[in-house]
Amino acid sequence: MINITINSQAVQVPEDSTILQAARMINVQIPTMCHIEKRDPIGACRVCLVEVEGAKILQAACSTPVSEGMVIHTNSKKARMARRFVVELLLSEHDGNCQTCDRGSDCELRTLGEDMGISDLAFEGEKIKPHMDETTPALIRDSAKCIKCRRCVTVCNEVQGVGALYPQDRGFDVFIGPAFCRDLKDVACVQCGQCAAVCPVGAIAEKSSTPAIWDAIENPDICVVVQTAPAIRAALGEEFGYEPGTRVTGKMVAALRRLGFDSVFDTNFTADLTIMEEGTELLTRLKKALVDKEDVALPMFTSCSPGWINFAEFYFPQFLPNISTCKSPQQMFGAVAKSYYAEKIGVDPKNMIVVSVMPCTAKKFEAQRPEMNADGIQDVDYVLTTRELAKMIKEANLDFNSLPDEEMDAPLGLSSGAADIFANTGGVMEAALRTAYEIVTGRELPVENLHVAPITGLDGIKEASLVIEGTVDDWKFLEGVELKVAVSHGLGNTRRMLEYVKANGCPYHFVEVMTCPGGCIGGGGQPRFTDDSVRLKRIAGIYAEDEGKKLRKSHENPDVQKLYQDFLGAPLGEKSHHLLHTHYAPKSQTMSD
Amino acid sequence: MSISSCTCGQDVTETELMTRLEEVIKENKDKAGGLIPALQMAQIIFGYLPDMVVDRIAEGFNKTITEVAGVISFYSFFTRNPRGKYLVRVCLGTACYVRGGKEVLEAIKKRLEIDVGETTEDRQFSLEVGRCFGACGMAPVVMVNDETYQRVKPARINEFIAQFATDEELVLEGEEK
Repeated sequence: MINITINSQAVQVPEDSTILQAARMINVQIPTMCHIEKRDPIGACRVCLVEVEGAKILQAACSTPVSEGMVIHTNSKKARMARRFVVELLLSEHDGNCQTCDRGSDCELRTLGEDMGISDLAFEGEKIKPHMDETTPALIRDSAKCIKCRRCVTVCNEVQGVGALYPQDRGFDVFIGPAFCRDLKDVACVQCGQCAAVCPVGAIAEKSSTPAIWDAIENPDICVVVQTAPAIRAALGEEFGYEPGTRVTGKMVAALRRLGFDSVFDTNFTADLTIMEEGTELLTRLKKALVDKEDVALPMFTSCSPGWINFAEFYFPQFLPNISTCKSPQQMFGAVAKSYYAEKIGVDPKNMIVVSVMPCTAKKFEAQRPEMNADGIQDVDYVLTTRELAKMIKEANLDFNSLPDEEMDAPLGLSSGAADIFANTGGVMEAALRTAYEIVTGRELPVENLHVAPITGLDGIKEASLVIEGTVDDWKFLEGVELKVAVSHGLGNTRRMLEYVKANGCPYHFVEVMTCPGGCIGGGGQPRFTDDSVRLKRIAGIYAEDEGKKLRKSHENPDVQKLYQDFLGAPLGEKSHHLLHTHYAPKSQTMSD
Repeated sequence: MSISSCTCGQDVTETELMTRLEEVIKENKDKAGGLIPALQMAQIIFGYLPDMVVDRIAEGFNKTITEVAGVISFYSFFTRNPRGKYLVRVCLGTACYVRGGKEVLEAIKKRLEIDVGETTEDRQFSLEVGRCFGACGMAPVVMVNDETYQRVKPARINEFIAQFATDEELVLEGEEK
């Protein structure tokens, strides 16, 4: 520990702290536009300048380490004026169409300018060359608004290990984007939207589907069905002033009904269905490997997260046979709604529109994949992010906070707690274990409160193992087998895990991969700004939702059981295969192809 | 390894060039800071850095194409377009700038009908800008390949270009004006 003084307050901080970290420890706020927690500081934005006694010039708090006896003034006139000057310069080249910008009051640059009392622009600077990239289904990039803070570069390269964005060119012409200023569709972008989640301004955002959805709702001949992903309910409230992690499931349902959706359903229902299909697929693969001695791809990877699927198709095509053939819960929902449910209510699936509310931008990409349809009917028509849903609620003038708690519709609205935890890292694995263990042994998963502790939390790669004992007759071949599982979240961690597996062989049977840090609760379409403290609160909300339910295991969902009885037959049956499963193909990441 | 000289104009197959590129990658990929020397050598081998070369270098260095592109576009030395037989570099360092380098550049752009970073359709001339060649006393200076030309006058650019033009039409055009 070393002693420093910040704004006349003496404080002891760990030796390797930066000024910014030290200040945060004692709740002294220093603004910053480029910093990402737990990543090396890059000092790109210069918004965090502070005065250090004895130093010739002002120091960037994010990248200056503290030293013994350091005396720091974060709010001296010199520091405040310097920061103001930096923000004025940023504003001078920024395309400030604030009236019509997607970010509005949520813009960090605008907020900072406002906080600093900048009421007119001192510099009439040259503006950045505008370029709109609308080439992908999920994301739009408006380079005229980019302030080159490089947060997106940090998350894309370091956190996600994707590397679709990097500074191109030099000087005033620097452009944050794909190789040689190409568009996103021309590079190996997985559409995860983590760039949009950290962008402080309106330079990267999701491509909106809202107008088409309003039109569908207005059209009396169209049955508009909505599904909401489990991660929405623990985050949507943030857009209306609730603490992160506050569960607003009931109000969300009420809001969707008032927006005019004909049926309000739950992606959770098909999360339970996914467990039935994916669990059966895993056990089948294990049987083939252990009993039939067939050459079968193990470990099996989960397939719920479309950014991960894109990532594997671009970067790790050798693992495509290992990915479960199950469609994601979003796509399964669309397929079931437009077959089983459409038949049940006597609606021609051509006159049904399925809308998803997802914490995710890659789901927009997934919905339009050509293989995501049955008999030419697209499973899911439109995808809204959590942020877009909040905007629709505001546009409709609904007073969200005073809405009553309402229940999801039947029959695609009932779900188990196992489905809720699909929202966070470790959740799909835990849900699968709850069901698979019980199928194989006839007994409940022997862990406290049904939580598999080693795979909870925010560690990047988590492992667990479980010796299977006391198997029932059908699964005797698994007696004594030590089932090894792993969980990764954040594609950078996934890349590390896969490189390890490539080099050393695989110690696992089953691996859960979620694209975004923390899982879907930290998705690219969630309310801004998400850091680890927000992730943990949302995860706590999700676990509380799970624990609050009587139904904790997917295979016990009576409506899923009924779906099999009345319509699908058995897991991995012919109808399931047709509606609920898919395939993957390698994608080129090179420029010359 | 040594790379003797530019292969422009020689009869070298693409396969041979790619073989040389592989050697360059192999030699540099595990060195700290090996990317830039590899790109330099690749540019010597190919004359420029086409997509195929960028792809291969990114793969060889286990970097993304976008990151490699960021390095290439940062340094003005690197070019993504095939260069002409004559690389014309106009100095815009301080001394050359104040003594009319900008006007020289404009005149050359007009004469060759290309912008900075471009190459004429007949692949004879490429145009680049330099920042001081260390010949300030002779400003404004233009370099053509490895030769330095001093006190270049914007009004006499046609003759200046004509001395390199092997293309008959270009020579005639130069004399006419």
